[in-house]
Amino acid sequence: MAALTKTPTTAPDASRAPTGARSASRPPFWTNRRRDVLAGYLFIAPQLVGVVLFVLIPVGLAIWYSLSDWNVFTGKQTFVGTDNYAALANDPQLPSVLWATAVFCVGVVILNIGLGLLLAVLLNRRFRGATFFRTLFFSPVVVSVVAWTLVWGFLLQDNGGVNGVLDAIGITGPNWLQRGDTAMVSVIITQVIRSVGVNMVLFLAALQGVPSNLYEAARIDGAGSRVIFTRITLPLISPTVLLTSIITIVGALQSFAQIAVLTSGGPELSTTVLVYYVFQQAFEFNDIGYGSTLALMLLSFVMLLTLLQWQLRRKWVFHEQ
Amino acid sequence: MSSKSKSVLRRVLLVTALGVLAIPFVVPTIWMVAASVKPLPEIFKSPPSLWTSDPTLSAYSEAFSFQPFARQYVNSVYIAVLVTLITLLVSSLAGYAFARIRFPGANALFLVVLVGLLVPSEVTIVPLFQMFKRAGMINTHWPLILVTALAGPCVLATFIMRQFFIALPAELEEAGRLDGLGRPALWWRIFLPLAKPALSAVAILTFLTSWNLYLEPTVYLTSPELFTLPQALTRFTDAYGGDMWNTQLAAATMTVLPVLIVFVVAQRHFVEGLAHSGLK
Repeated sequence: MAALTKTPTTAPDASRAPTGARSASRPPFWTNRRRDVLAGYLFIAPQLVGVVLFVLIPVGLAIWYSLSDWNVFTGKQTFVGTDNYAALANDPQLPSVLWATAVFCVGVVILNIGLGLLLAVLLNRRFRGATFFRTLFFSPVVVSVVAWTLVWGFLLQDNGGVNGVLDAIGITGPNWLQRGDTAMVSVIITQVIRSVGVNMVLFLAALQGVPSNLYEAARIDGAGSRVIFTRITLPLISPTVLLTSIITIVGALQSFAQIAVLTSGGPELSTTVLVYYVFQQAFEFNDIGYGSTLALMLLSFVMLLTLLQWQLRRKWVFHEQ
Repeated sequence: MSSKSKSVLRRVLLVTALGVLAIPFVVPTIWMVAASVKPLPEIFKSPPSLWTSDPTLSAYSEAFSFQPFARQYVNSVYIAVLVTLITLLVSSLAGYAFARIRFPGANALFLVVLVGLLVPSEVTIVPLFQMFKRAGMINTHWPLILVTALAGPCVLATFIMRQFFIALPAELEEAGRLDGLGRPALWWRIFLPLAKPALSAVAILTFLTSWNLYLEPTVYLTSPELFTLPQALTRFTDAYGGDMWNTQLAAATMTVLPVLIVFVVAQRHFVEGLAHSGLK
């Protein structure tokens, strides 16, 4: 997205018909310029139709739905104004849902960025096996979320593999998925291990972009490796770290399959994050009005974060130029 | 200690640390494969092991007899392939036009398309369900194909293609024009062949997105013979609601291994392709 602010390097207007060339006979209607404009519209048409039909209209409908109440049995829709928005304030479950969402997102982002950085720094050295390890750490990214989560569901059973390993070193592990706090830890960790590979790769690219003469200069000045990391590496890759953090939070806000498969939002509401709550309200309790209101709340979180990300990116790209 | 043996020691430490860190990344997959060939009672035996003296493939055959698993496999494959092909076509056309053709409103329309990147599919699923219900498309594959191929990952693909085409030199069009090529021919004969890296990134991303879709099939599909793989994986419970562990793991193995093998073979393309998804 860095190049968003760049202007095209092309000047494909060489095709424009020369204006002085109007002869006595009528010029053909299909000039190259007109053909170009037509081609442009035709080329983007399928994508544009897709976005209008499957994104813009649904968002509009969601707003309309959020202003109405749906009878579960008859499916009849009645306009209720802002009742659903008032219901947000009176929903006794919403505070704990928002709390779970916040804990999940913050937990995922901290672990994901921390571990991603650690792996990138370790793999940024030249040694035999670096590519091998990069492949290993990246591999869960290509494993289907549902399969990955199912397997972790087995391993996290009371008598599963995780507690078996803990037993072997003399620790009695908890029944991970049956207690609120450990269930939250479980969904965070399975999510981080599955997705940290992407951040690792982004950080590796950023690390390789740090000019090596800076390192040499620091070494000549007698700086140790810790000083070099905190004074040179970190400041230079901090834009990437910040942008990646936002991308990771946005991704965490949309983690549905992990939670549905591992805990179904339980025990009680401990792992019911907003996206899962939307699904429950709309498709399990068939409360389409309230479900849409919650979905719009999710959308506003995602939009705020994405706009922040674009703004920051633009600032940095501009800065670099 | 000499500096040489010191650096050897450091390397050993580094590899050991990475090896320990890699355990939770690799062992679950290995355990999945190992447990899928174990007899049922052995799966939760303590201490846990990755080995069985009595391997059996019965869970694999059971996976096919308990659910229409072969059918579900075909569903996932054909939907992912179709979605990927449509996305390649739609996104390379739109990406080319946004990058190389000047037409009135191009910037505004590009912003409209970018909105598609901003809105998560979890937000639009409620109204989309109502729209498809009205169109009589619930419990068909149409919603999965149409929405995935024209919105969602396709918008990201359009963006990736535009960024790729925008960086190519202007002389390409001029040379093509001299040869009398129109826009469709320029796109097909000159730009697409140059765009292989971007196209393969898009293909990998889109295929994986479609292959892993879970919320959408859960919402749209109700008949088991229409299910896709992720959805089918969660339905391996016997009549009493008890999990059929080894059958489930066998099915999961069959879902995961082909993709994993392709990944290991072409890992460079995957890593680069998915790093592009970080754009999102």
